[in-house]
Amino acid sequence: MKREYFRYARVPAAAALVVCLSVWTTLAAPAPTPDKGKKIGTVQSSSPDQKFPEPANTQFPVPKPPFSPGIFPCSDCHKEMKPNPKRRTLTDEHTNIVLNHAQGQRWCLDCHDTYDRDKLHLVSGERISFEESYRLCGQCHGDKYRDWKVGVHGKRTGMWNGQKQYLLCVHCHNPHDPAFKPLKPMPPPVRPGDIR
Amino acid sequence: MPNQEKRDDRAFRMSRRKMMKGVAAVLGAMALPAKDAPASVWESFFQKNFRELSPEELNGVLARLEKEYSEKYKKAVTVRANPPIEGILFGYGLDLSRCIGCRRCVYACVGENNQSRDPQIHWIRVLQLNKERGVDLEDAEQYYNPEKVPAKGHFYMPVQCQQCEHPPCVKVCPVQATWKERDGITVVDYNWCIGCRYCMAACPYGARHFNWKKAGLPSAEMNPETHYLGNRPRPVGVVEKCTFCIQRVRNTPGRYTACVEICPVGARKFGNLLDPESEMRYIIENKRVFILKEDLNTRPKFYYFYAT
Repeated sequence: MKREYFRYARVPAAAALVVCLSVWTTLAAPAPTPDKGKKIGTVQSSSPDQKFPEPANTQFPVPKPPFSPGIFPCSDCHKEMKPNPKRRTLTDEHTNIVLNHAQGQRWCLDCHDTYDRDKLHLVSGERISFEESYRLCGQCHGDKYRDWKVGVHGKRTGMWNGQKQYLLCVHCHNPHDPAFKPLKPMPPPVRPGDIR
Repeated sequence: MPNQEKRDDRAFRMSRRKMMKGVAAVLGAMALPAKDAPASVWESFFQKNFRELSPEELNGVLARLEKEYSEKYKKAVTVRANPPIEGILFGYGLDLSRCIGCRRCVYACVGENNQSRDPQIHWIRVLQLNKERGVDLEDAEQYYNPEKVPAKGHFYMPVQCQQCEHPPCVKVCPVQATWKERDGITVVDYNWCIGCRYCMAACPYGARHFNWKKAGLPSAEMNPETHYLGNRPRPVGVVEKCTFCIQRVRNTPGRYTACVEICPVGARKFGNLLDPESEMRYIIENKRVFILKEDLNTRPKFYYFYAT
């Protein structure tokens, strides 16, 4: 009985699917140009970039990117704003970020994506998540990227003969000011003469 | 007179030689454990060299030590004796172009390996060197303490056991209480060591340290995951040294050493020299590498390198 029921139910289900697909394709056909900038956050993030399939993230397991508290997802604020791709100095927001990383040669939207604020983008135009930001850094710092992948540049922990844990470049280097900051040293050893 | 004869006779019998024998016998008896000492004391007294223990004897020794340490530190302490993994030769890399001399490794090592806090024992010694003079050990400073590191014009070189292929310390040990294991780690049997400190004199890297006093190791800070040849608590009068965190690395999978895990700049690298895919092989094949005091032919398995 049950099998029979499903057999008859399939026909209207398939019909509904066809209708939905046709509606979706007609809607998607005009292909909203990103430059118009309407409903950018929702449309762009829900449709994956077909040209560049995302690589397996499991190869380099990393912890969560070290965002300033409360700043991510960026789209929380940005989805209501019209993107302004004009190169300029920000005066209203993000004024605490002072670029000390080839400043003058680049600005925010060279790395941050203009239309999907929760993503970064490569020179190729491929959008990548913040978890994959090492690919962005690796565009210029190819030698460091190569060393990082084999665990020589940067800290890699976990199992020496098993699962490794990587850190993102940005866990040690502030992307806007990447020089490693000096640390306070732990106490020096006691001099032998002072040991009682 | 008969009395005089008797006295002469006794004087002859109580010769100096006999007296010395008697003294030696008494002293020897005093060195034995007391008659009412617990059985474990007798067991440790008659314990063989680690390498001569049969598997059953070893299990007995480990159980005895676990009980002893658990009672002393008031927590469940495990003492294992994992043997070397076949096909492994451990190698260590230290990136001198990254190290900033923050000494995080020194104290991570102390915590992991149950070194004495007071009197202080450090297995890692971080040297501050002058950039203009390079690796000039005559010019090294280990008591540096600026507000922030790296200090201008200086670089830093941590020195610890280099796990030599030809270890001079092993060569000089009169009782074979220290030896090189098949995975390249030089270990000490603290129960066999007689504390002569010849190995400390022989080591060109100052990597061996002596327990002059009872170890000051608070039970709250005691790491209960121990290895017989590694970080188990050491008695007074024995020598100890870095073992590449033998209690961590001799596992499948095995964790990286404590110093690798703590290093905030990722200057410390560790891997299997026999595995062509390991980071150590990549470093040796692609980076500028040197070993410390190469001219002594100790063949360290500790490679300093410059990643840039």
